[in-house]
Amino acid sequence: MDETLLRNLTPSVLGILVRRGIDFAAAEDAVQDALVEAVRVWPVDPPRDPLGWLTTVAWRRFLDAARADAARRRREDLVDEEPAPGPAPTVDDTLALYFLCAHPSLTASSAVALTLRAVGGLTTRQIAHAYLVPEATMAQRISRAKRTVSGLRFDRPGDVATVLRVLYLVFNEGYSGDMDLAAEAIRLTRQLAAAIDHPEVAGLLALMLLHHARRAARTAPDGTLVPLAEQDRSRWDTRLIAEGVEILQAALARDQLGEFQAQAAIAALHADAPTAAETDWVQIVEWYDELVRLTDNPVVRLNRAVAVGEADGPRAGLRALAALDDTLPRYTAVAAYLHERDGDLATAARRYAEAARQAPNLAERDHLTRQAARLNALGRR
Amino acid sequence: MAKYLLLKHYRGGPAAVHDVPMDQWTPAEISAHMQYMRDFAARLEATGEFVDGQALAPEGTFVRYDGPGRPPVTDGPFAETKDLIAGWMVIDVDSYDRAVELAGELSAAPGAGGKPIHEWLELRPFLSEPPTITE
Repeated sequence: MDETLLRNLTPSVLGILVRRGIDFAAAEDAVQDALVEAVRVWPVDPPRDPLGWLTTVAWRRFLDAARADAARRRREDLVDEEPAPGPAPTVDDTLALYFLCAHPSLTASSAVALTLRAVGGLTTRQIAHAYLVPEATMAQRISRAKRTVSGLRFDRPGDVATVLRVLYLVFNEGYSGDMDLAAEAIRLTRQLAAAIDHPEVAGLLALMLLHHARRAARTAPDGTLVPLAEQDRSRWDTRLIAEGVEILQAALARDQLGEFQAQAAIAALHADAPTAAETDWVQIVEWYDELVRLTDNPVVRLNRAVAVGEADGPRAGLRALAALDDTLPRYTAVAAYLHERDGDLATAARRYAEAARQAPNLAERDHLTRQAARLNALGRR
Repeated sequence: MAKYLLLKHYRGGPAAVHDVPMDQWTPAEISAHMQYMRDFAARLEATGEFVDGQALAPEGTFVRYDGPGRPPVTDGPFAETKDLIAGWMVIDVDSYDRAVELAGELSAAPGAGGKPIHEWLELRPFLSEPPTITE
């Protein structure tokens, strides 16, 4: 039983049903029923055309449900006969589903949940586990999201940027719980890249692949964070890096730069350095300048200060930092790092301890506390 | 079975016997402490007594209603607040004695110099559902 095949087909079937004019929530229920049926039937009777099979079964399930509904409400004229077979599925069906699930009328958390459920084909339980919330809570979030998008028509293409933001969010929170959301985000972005030719989709896919390639080296066996400079680069996945770089280069060649391509370019420069000392920080600063131009995001300026500290020395980095708002998340951690590079260990230790108190997650808090402890131990010698 | 909350305080409880701020430990001592906490939670999962564990950021905000049509009032964080909760673990155990035993173990987590911290943990019983059989 090929579960991946089933999950890859889910968005196409759902897209076809929705394009036939079925209400989104009803279509989703029908597709889930068809998937359950496939799991039961396919092992003994594999279909020649899996997509056609699923579409037919889902359509029948929808008709059954609609008839039952109609009978219940004494409205027999709702749906009576099966329409002529619909058009063959096109990439547009899948694409339309991405746009619908990332619709701007949804909150970010709803769009993420709906995308994982409807496009990704994950169960509500899996999504709930991944985000560490009760299953009933996630079920409500998804059904509210379905109701929100149910009335929407999607004959017009949406804004691909909204879809990319959702996929980026899924990837970025990808390491909590037992569900591998990072891998799922990559799968969904690959599928999107196959359906639409867009340099920023390629840019995001490249960014994900390049970061995913470092995953094994990012944490020590005891779960502590290993900073980029200290990672064992032999544990980076060279196959993923090569693929990411290739996708990025093809995207950049089209000369329509966007923020994800620029971020991927920075990740590629890190991936390209055989040792941390050989990192091309000058080029990285140039890419951060592009990113500042594209997004004017204060967090980007903060990361740029770190790069400036490497390219032009810690004093230059501290000067770049001084121009920024000191309430930015991770500002204090960056200050601590630059002070350490500058040789001011006492200030660095104090700021690391301060940064630990402000840390947004346990892994970072432990890491920053350790940095403070390391410098304090040096100071006692 | 009865559920208990094990509360860890940044401050507010009596001072730990072996009270040294964590940034004054060595990195190896920090690792040993973290490992102890992880092992403790894993052991409780294995015995079927673990329910939940969470850590909190040290600073928060106080919020209250300010009347119809008005945004809520926020205040804080207050540097002078006496009691500061660091995190909790919820356990589901057979008896009060078992809860005390586990809290004692958790308080023995190693700190500076590898010695047990002896920190004070607050043990609070959950208010449960009323029993079905009452006579």
